Amino acid sequence: MLDALLSFLILTGAIFTFIGSLGLVRLRDFYTRLHGPTKATTLGVGSLLIASSLFFSTRGEGVSLHEVLVTLFLFITAPVSAHLLSKAALHLKLHSLAPLPQGERSESSGPNRSTVSQNSERDAQ
Amino acid sequence: MMSSVALPVAFALVAAAFALSFWRLLVGPSAPDRILALDTLYINAIALLVLLGIHLSSALYFEAALLIALMGFIGTVAFCKYLLRGDIIE
Amino acid sequence: MRRWLPHPLIALALAAVWLLLANRFSPGHILLGLVLGVAISRFGARFWLEIPRVHRPLLLLRFIGVVLSDIVVANLAVARRILGSPERLRPVFVRVPLALTSDLAISLLANTICLTPGTVSSRLSPDRAHLLVHALDAADATELAATIKRRYEAPLREIFEP
Repeated sequence: MLDALLSFLILTGAIFTFIGSLGLVRLRDFYTRLHGPTKATTLGVGSLLIASSLFFSTRGEGVSLHEVLVTLFLFITAPVSAHLLSKAALHLKLHSLAPLPQGERSESSGPNRSTVSQNSERDAQ
Repeated sequence: MMSSVALPVAFALVAAAFALSFWRLLVGPSAPDRILALDTLYINAIALLVLLGIHLSSALYFEAALLIALMGFIGTVAFCKYLLRGDIIE
Repeated sequence: MRRWLPHPLIALALAAVWLLLANRFSPGHILLGLVLGVAISRFGARFWLEIPRVHRPLLLLRFIGVVLSDIVVANLAVARRILGSPERLRPVFVRVPLALTSDLAISLLANTICLTPGTVSSRLSPDRAHLLVHALDAADATELAATIKRRYEAPLREIFEP
């Protein structure tokens, strides 16, 4: 029973990790590629870590919960890096399959007051 | 069943994930693409270390996974900050 | 009390992180974790300018549950779209008008959007009035913005800004 559950969690985790990287190769513009690694991979690594926690907890040496720490950390950091990456891509004006909404093109990149980039964006238009 | 079927298959899948991310790292075409590939590579490395820990039934690899999680995130943030603000310093 | 323990929640969270790192739950480690938690939260007090106040703790727990289940659903949806034909995706950028004002609530909303249904928050406008969101596959952009506002922004607003 435990063996089946562990196998299931390990396989799910590995499959999601693989699908995340597959998305990195298959999808066609940067903004859509961003979705693969940030989502599929967090669930993949999350379920691998749950499997590891179960595995070490059932070996008679007490509960092993420190995997929770890595899971928690990944769940906090993955969205932050996704947000920063997409902000950087917008700043570099990477080609996107989706059109930008009106009024977004002339704005500076976020609240960090980058006046130089504002000027260069205005010049580009 | 776990050690005979699930683990080898999982190792193969994670290795394939490594190869795919590495391809994106080499091909690019833009800098954020490469950073995203590095980000994915470090998450794949965490997955590989966790699998290795289960395979060798040793908890030692956990610390390495935690450190990679910390350093990888800081690296991604630093690269993005450089792309976002690099032209101001020039 | 206030002077010695400026952030009781942060002290408790640090103690929990210490216990998880040590991976042992003996009384000695609990004591050491609590001492570290109190000391670090006291020395770090000047870095936390805004002390978040949770007005509805139960609603916060419910919100966390909703987000966790949404993460699983979103992952399955994204995995299916990656395996499907890339030509059939309909990626869009949506501007979501924000009703939240505090830093913590906005960053929590942006993180939630990144983790959940096939969307990544891309940019906060300088006046904090709009959040630019990229969706992997959306049929109706305005519907998506309405869902985000209803499902994530409304509970966050009740929790942190009643």
